[in-house]
Amino acid sequence: MPDGLFTFFAALTLGAALLLVLSRNAVTSAMGMILALVGIAADFFLLDAYFLGVLQVLVYAGAVMVLFLFIIMLLDTDDAVGAYPWKTAALGLATFFLLGAGVLWLFHWSGAVSAAPAGATPPEFSANPAEFTTAAKSFGRLLYTKYLLPLEIAGFLLLVALVGVVSLSKDAPEGQA
Amino acid sequence: MEHTTLAHHLLLAGLLFALGLTGVLVRRNLLVVYMCLELMLAATTLAMVAFSRFAHKMDGAVFVFFVITVAAAEVAVGLALIVALYRRRGTIQSDALNLLRD
Repeated sequence: MPDGLFTFFAALTLGAALLLVLSRNAVTSAMGMILALVGIAADFFLLDAYFLGVLQVLVYAGAVMVLFLFIIMLLDTDDAVGAYPWKTAALGLATFFLLGAGVLWLFHWSGAVSAAPAGATPPEFSANPAEFTTAAKSFGRLLYTKYLLPLEIAGFLLLVALVGVVSLSKDAPEGQA
Repeated sequence: MEHTTLAHHLLLAGLLFALGLTGVLVRRNLLVVYMCLELMLAATTLAMVAFSRFAHKMDGAVFVFFVITVAAAEVAVGLALIVALYRRRGTIQSDALNLLRD
């Protein structure tokens, strides 16, 4: 049995994700998304990945979702169309239950995942850079040694995305791509 | 933490992924479809952090750091595309965007 905090946040995350998928109102969907991302961040905390939990709340639940809400307000889109055709609903239900059953079988009944506990609480910092530690500076140490090239590529990618967004959102003249 | 095993975290991640995929397939509002796509991405990062923690290796956590970075850039570009689409076509309902079908 999982402990109480995990059960609580798992239920919160799944309920919020359900709200995201099922709600007709795009703003309600976005609220469900924010709650689900906060629940995932809480799970990061339970996994002793404190830095990633904070990052998830700041970047995902904060910046990214504010962007989403801005666009939702800007476009003012309603699901004006009527009920979903039964084919779509059946496809959705079949997808969810098949995938859910597969996940349940693989991770719960098949015995493929070891049931060993996580072991001792990880240290805050360790001399071994590959060991799982909780301090933010253990991220920095890896980012500037082993993962230096990916870090620079990520920085370049952000620059390219910035330029791309600017050029995409420029006013196009009438009747021209 | 002592009773929560790797399987519990993977189960949560898998169910979130299934919910996200269902939303991507069923929903017609492109913004909601895009949010469901982001939910799938977040579910995979959850699985990665769980593996990283239970294997006592830092690399998975650092990889999640990169995934969050790339996701932020990707969301900005994707939303700019959706806004551009709305400007040209006046709708973001996916069943109304059938220009290439007719």
